[in-house]
Amino acid sequence: MAVEIVESCVNCWACAPLCPNNAIVAAQPHFLVDDEKCTECLGDFAAPQCVAICPIEGAIVNEWNEAMNPPGSLTGIPPARWAAVQAEIAAR
Amino acid sequence: MLKEEQIHFAENTVDLPVIVKPAAPAPTGGCSAASCGSAASQLSGLPDEIRRRVQDHPCYSEEAHHHFARMHAAVAPACNIQCHYCNRKYDCANESRPGVVSELLTPEQAVMKTLAVAAAIPQMSVLGIAGPGDPLANPARTFATFRMLAEKAPDLKLCVSTNGLALPACVEELAKHNIDHVTITINCIDPDVGAKIYPWIFWENKRIHGREAAAILIEQQQRGLEMLVARGILVKVNSVMIPGVNDRHLQEVSRIVKAKGAFLHNVMPLIAEAEHGTFYGVMGQRSPTAAELKALQDACAGDMNMMRHCRQCRADAVGLLGEDRGAEFTMDKVAAMEIDHEAAMARRLALRAKVAAELEAKRAARHGADSAHGAPAVPQVITLQRPAQAAPGRAALMAVASKGGGVINEHFGHAREFLIYEAAAAGAKLVGTRKTDLYCAGNDGCGDGETVLARTIRALEGCEAVLCARIGFEPWGQLEAAGIKPNGEHALEAIEDAVMAVWREMLAAGKLDAPTAAKRRA
Repeated sequence: MAVEIVESCVNCWACAPLCPNNAIVAAQPHFLVDDEKCTECLGDFAAPQCVAICPIEGAIVNEWNEAMNPPGSLTGIPPARWAAVQAEIAAR
Repeated sequence: MLKEEQIHFAENTVDLPVIVKPAAPAPTGGCSAASCGSAASQLSGLPDEIRRRVQDHPCYSEEAHHHFARMHAAVAPACNIQCHYCNRKYDCANESRPGVVSELLTPEQAVMKTLAVAAAIPQMSVLGIAGPGDPLANPARTFATFRMLAEKAPDLKLCVSTNGLALPACVEELAKHNIDHVTITINCIDPDVGAKIYPWIFWENKRIHGREAAAILIEQQQRGLEMLVARGILVKVNSVMIPGVNDRHLQEVSRIVKAKGAFLHNVMPLIAEAEHGTFYGVMGQRSPTAAELKALQDACAGDMNMMRHCRQCRADAVGLLGEDRGAEFTMDKVAAMEIDHEAAMARRLALRAKVAAELEAKRAARHGADSAHGAPAVPQVITLQRPAQAAPGRAALMAVASKGGGVINEHFGHAREFLIYEAAAAGAKLVGTRKTDLYCAGNDGCGDGETVLARTIRALEGCEAVLCARIGFEPWGQLEAAGIKPNGEHALEAIEDAVMAVWREMLAAGKLDAPTAAKRRA
């Protein structure tokens, strides 16, 4: 079991120092998780620490490729509202 | 809704009796009033000891910001909270707002860049760490930067700004690194208000949401403030004014942080555009108008020294306030520079001594006849927003185009910001700044749609004159049509003298008898 950091990561460094297994690599273009080392914090913390501090929805996924912070869960912006505003901006 | 708030503020603009405490230690001179009626800066109400500590800090002293430069080192990317006015994804080089940064630096790079800037810009007096995340959520990077700089450029003041969550845990370390200025962003002291501003915090290895999160954050901020004050570290409080969320609440925040010992309160307007991708931007939360912001600042000013010249800089800003020379100091350019660091420091110290002497002479001239030496507590009436009722002529707002140095030295068309002065019989005072085109206006083709001139004129709403070094024919006509009188007659003159000269001309011409429509609206 391991989480994965995907391309929406903004390289903010928040997760790296929290990882009890030093599994996070400051790579380019975005950070990566060493799946050999990641334990999803089992036994150390109630929740994976990277997931608990990551500010970007969807940037960390589980082994089924599901967003561990799904759309709207961190910003409070309903996904439908986000989509509507983005469409409106694109149409300008 | 908007009207109600404005009326609410208008009702508060009465004459408040305020006890002005004697400064401790007793002032050795200078104006001791919390709001000096003359052309003094907002710092004149401070004890001399604090004034000395901030007199060459452009962000703390309105007077100093004309003469001194600062730089923000973007070494702190991580954040431990989410604010509804922030989006961690965006970086636009054309934008100037806190939290935005183009080039993240390692502590070593930050030190190299700071030394290069300090060598090229002798006015440089302050190095601040302000993000793009929260500096104290990146303690290793932040303190490594401070440690190296304290050694290599001991003349630079070091300061840091924080959301306050990690502050109590860091106070010891801050004191150790000789940081004597800390800015805490405090938007509320009520967790119910906080729940509308902060969706979550990261605290003790958990993400905590809602009211509970806000309550923890507020508790840490207040505890951090008290601990800093107890150690003699100067604290400025920043607050973001969010209409309908915390606008009324901020007067109470101002009272409380002042009572706890913060020396300066900076109420800033919310910046929220849908393009920024922030919660407030996307959800349509509006920003305050310039008049609403000023009304709130005036209402808080009875209790607190208010900061009026804040430019809401980027987390990697470089140069004098209002200018950003960051592009001259990218890491590749810095790496190619050859610098004599000792000579650079000597240049800075010489310039600082010269400016300090000039400012001291100015202050002495201003308060030459002042009799406030060691004055006891004096009940004093401070007039808010309706200055000098008994004196002839109402107050008028004027915009000034300046590149710094306290003089009118900028061409109207080149000005990206204007200083806003309120002139009245009692004198001229800086009440704010307005930017023209610094905010990103759209995804593609920044600056499309509304012309720069139209935007500038809109930014100057409520002003009755604009003073600049020169002005072109076209803007002249359009400004006049908008009811703003252009004036290029005071080029290179001291700002406050020129503003008062224009005010007296307006008075003599009978233009200051009745309140204008713009004034009534404000």
